[in-house]
Amino acid sequence: MAGKIAKPHTADSAAKPKPDLHRYMMIIALAVIWIVFTALTNGTYFTPRNLTNLFRQAVFTAILATGIISVILLGYIDLSVASTAVLAGGVVGIMTTGGGLPLWLAIICALACGVLVGLWNGFWIAYQNVPAFIATMASMLVVRAMLLGITSGVTISPMPDALKVIGFDFLPAPIGYALAVIAAATALFFQWNDRKKKQALGLPVKPVGQEIARSVITVAIIAAFMAVMAQYRGIPNALIIIIVLSVVFLYIQNSTVFGRRIYAIGGNSKACQLAGINIRRTTLAVYAISGLLAAVAGIFLSARLNSASSTLADGAEMDAIAACVIGGTSMAGGIGTIGGAMIGAVVIQSIQTGMNVLNTPSFWQNIVKGLVLLVAVWFDISRKKK
Amino acid sequence: MAAILEARGIIKLFPGVRALDDIRFTLERQQIHALCGENGAGKSTLIKVLCGVYPHTEYEGDLLIDGETVQFKTIADAEKKGIAVIHQELSLFNQLSVTENLFVGHEIQRNGILDKNAMTKETFKWIDWFNLDGVTPSSLVGDLGVGKQQLIEIARAVRQPGVRILILDEPTASLTENETELLLGILQKLRKEGTSIIYVSHKLDEVMRLCDRITVLRDGATVGSVSTNAITQDQLVHMMVGREIEDMYPPKDTAPTAEVLLEIRDYNVFEYVTGKQLVKNAGLAVRRGEIMGMYGLVGAGRTEFISTVYGSDQYKGSGKVLWKGKPLRINTPVEALNAGIAYCTEDRKEAGIIPTMDVGENTTIEFITGFVKGLAIDKNAEVMRASEQVKELSVKTPSLATKIVNLSGGNQQKVLLARNLLGDIELLILDEPTRGIDVGAKQEIYSIMRRLVKKGITILMISSELPEVLGMSDRVCVMHRGQIMGELDNRNAALTQELLMEKAAGIERGGA
Repeated sequence: MAGKIAKPHTADSAAKPKPDLHRYMMIIALAVIWIVFTALTNGTYFTPRNLTNLFRQAVFTAILATGIISVILLGYIDLSVASTAVLAGGVVGIMTTGGGLPLWLAIICALACGVLVGLWNGFWIAYQNVPAFIATMASMLVVRAMLLGITSGVTISPMPDALKVIGFDFLPAPIGYALAVIAAATALFFQWNDRKKKQALGLPVKPVGQEIARSVITVAIIAAFMAVMAQYRGIPNALIIIIVLSVVFLYIQNSTVFGRRIYAIGGNSKACQLAGINIRRTTLAVYAISGLLAAVAGIFLSARLNSASSTLADGAEMDAIAACVIGGTSMAGGIGTIGGAMIGAVVIQSIQTGMNVLNTPSFWQNIVKGLVLLVAVWFDISRKKK
Repeated sequence: MAAILEARGIIKLFPGVRALDDIRFTLERQQIHALCGENGAGKSTLIKVLCGVYPHTEYEGDLLIDGETVQFKTIADAEKKGIAVIHQELSLFNQLSVTENLFVGHEIQRNGILDKNAMTKETFKWIDWFNLDGVTPSSLVGDLGVGKQQLIEIARAVRQPGVRILILDEPTASLTENETELLLGILQKLRKEGTSIIYVSHKLDEVMRLCDRITVLRDGATVGSVSTNAITQDQLVHMMVGREIEDMYPPKDTAPTAEVLLEIRDYNVFEYVTGKQLVKNAGLAVRRGEIMGMYGLVGAGRTEFISTVYGSDQYKGSGKVLWKGKPLRINTPVEALNAGIAYCTEDRKEAGIIPTMDVGENTTIEFITGFVKGLAIDKNAEVMRASEQVKELSVKTPSLATKIVNLSGGNQQKVLLARNLLGDIELLILDEPTRGIDVGAKQEIYSIMRRLVKKGITILMISSELPEVLGMSDRVCVMHRGQIMGELDNRNAALTQELLMEKAAGIERGGA
C-alpha cells in the first residue's frame, strides 16, 4: 500500500517567491492617478506647490491609518479614531485658547485622552467580548458628543501660535537637504550592515546587484522627494512627523515581539492562545496605540485648520480604514504593512486634491473614492483566487 | 436489477496523498452496508464523493445509480437522486425549533408564505415515528440531548421527498446505549420501508448486529467486501488493520523511569455556556521518559481534559495539578510553557498553523521572546534557530519564507512540533499527532517522537487510532465519557486492540 502513496509534494509554486505585485500595483495606480490629473489640469496638478499641499493634507489620514492598521491587523476595527482626534484637538483648544494653560500641558492631556479612549475600547473588546464594531461605534458617538457638549457647538479658534510649527511651517531647504542626506545614509548603512551580519553568520543574502538596485532606488526616491519639495518652500514639518511615526511603527511591527504577535493573532488567534500569547493584553495595548495616534492626528488637524470643533473630520475614520485597505491590509487580519497604508493615504488624498483642482462637485469625490476602494479590494481578492 | 448505487474505480488525489485509490463499492436495495476502516482509511472522502461534495471533475472513476452513470456537480445534484447524508458533526440550528430544523431548506410554502400548520402537523408525525418522548414541534433543538438531536438530524434527512439512500457517518459516536438501541431500531425500520443505508462506524459490534454487508477500506483502497454472516469480528478487525504494525513504529528502546513528572488529580471540566460537565474527577500520572498514550472514542473528553489542564481557555477546569511532585497552577498556557509543558493541538488548521505567516515565523512564534536583543527580535538568530529546527525535524519546505499553507499536512504538523520544541520543554503533549496525514509522514512523526524521548522529553499522546496507541505508547490510559478508565502497561505487549476498545466503550469484562 505504501508504495502507492504519492511522493510528498514540494510546494513548487511557492519555491520562487512571487514579486510583491500588490506593492507595485499601488505605485502604478498612484502614478496613473497623478498622470491623469496632470493631463486633465494642464499640468497644474503636478507642480511642487500642489504636491506639497497634497502631502500635507494626506498627513491627517496617514497618522490615523498608522494607528488603525494595528487594530485591523489584529482582525478588529476602530471606528472611533476620528471622534478621538477631534476630542484631542478640542482639549488642546479648550485648555490653551479657552483656559490659558500652557500648550505642552494641553498636548499631554490631549494625548492622554486619546489613550483613555483606546483603553476604554480595548477593555470592552478584549475583556468583555463586545464586538469591536459595536464598542468602537459607541465610542465614536459618545466621544464626539462629549466634545459637542463641552464646547456647546462653538468652534474654538485660533489655536496657539506655537502649534503653527506643525500645522503650517516648513523645514528650511538647507536643513531639509541635510536631513535627506542623513536619512539616505542611515538607510544605506542599515541595509549594508545587515547584509554584512548575515554573511558573517553564513545566512543567505540577496545578489549584490539587487542590493545595489535597492540602494539606488532608496536614494533616488529621497532625492526626487527633496527636489520637488525644495522647489516650493521645503519639507512641511507635518511630513516629518508622519515620516518619523511611520518609521517607528514600521520598526515596532517588523522587529519587536509585540509587532510579531499582532500579526500572529490576526492570522490565528486560537493558535496564539495555545502558544502562550496574552491576546487580551495585546488587544488592549493596540487599541491604546490607536487612540494615542488618533490624538496626535487630532492635534495636527487643529493646528493645520487653526481651529477645534466637534464637527471636524466627520467620517475620517473611513478614510483611514480605506487607506489601509487600499494599501493591501486584509480586513480579516494578519496581512498588511505600514508602507502600504501610507501609499493608500496618499492615493486617497491624490484623488481628493485632483478633484478639488478640477473644481469637480464634491459628491464626485466620494463616488470615486468608493469605487477605488472597491476595485482595490476586488483586484486583491481576484488575484489570490488564481 | 442493477444495484441502487455503485462506485467503480474511484480515485481521488489530494496534494501529496492518494486519498482514494481505485475504490469499488456496491450498495443493493434495502441493504444496510457498513463502511469500515481505520481513521484516515478514506471513508469520509468516499462519502464526500458519493454525495457530491467533491464534484465529478475532481475525481476519477464512475458513479452509477440504478445502473446509470451520474455526474454530480453539487450536493444538490446528489439530493435530487435521493441521496441524503448525516455527517458526524450535527448540522442543526440550536436556536431554532424542531419544526424549523426539520424543514429548513425545504419549507412547506404557498406563494412564498410559510404554511406553519402543515409543517407542525408533519413534525408530530415524525416525532411519533422516531419515538421522541417529551419533544414537541416547538421545542428548541439546543435544549434537547445529543441523542435526540441526532435523531432529528436523521428525521430531517429521511423526510425529504424521494430519499432512497441514507448515508450515516459515525451516528452513534456521542449516543448513550439506549439512544443507540433506538437509532438501530429506526434504521432497521427504514430498511424495511425501502431505504438503502450506508453506515460508517468504528463500533464493530453495532456493525455486526445491524449491517447486511461490510466493505473495508484501508489506506484509501478497498480491502474487501463481505457479507456480515460470513465473517467474525476478529476477522473484520484484521481486515481493517492489515498492515504489519512492526514496520510502522520504531522499537521501544527507551527506558521510562518511575518518577512521576506530571500528576493530575480530581480534574473536572465544564462547558462555559451550558455548564455541561465534560470531564469527571479525572486523574492520571505521566512518568518521566515515557510515551503515555491516551485512548478513547470521539467525544470521550480527552482533548477537553488535557487542553484545559494546559490552560486553553475553551473550557472551565478545576482540579489538582502536580508537576514534579509540587502543585502547579496553570491559568493560561504561559504558565504551562514556563514550567516546561508544551501542547500540540489536534486541530492543525483551526488552532495550529498561522496561515498568514511563513514557515519560519510559524516555528518561532511560541518562544519568540528567546530571540529578543534590546528592544527587537534578533532576526538572524531567529532564522538560524528556525532553520536548524526545521532541518532537525526534516520538514520538507522550499525555504523558511514559504507560506505554511503551501506545505502538506504532514509537514505542517512537523512545523507545529518544531514550534513546541524550540524552548526548554520536558513534557510534550501531542493531541492526535498524525491526524489527516499520509502514511509516510506518520512514520516520520513516530520516529521523531521516539528520538525526542531518547533526548529526555516525556510525551503524552492523545490518539484515536488504536494501532498508533499500541505501537507508540509505553503505557496507555483510556478515557470513557469524561472519566479515566485506567492506566495500562504496554511494555510487555499484553495490551490488545480489543481490550482497549472495550475499555473505551465502557465495557467491563467480568471474569472472562
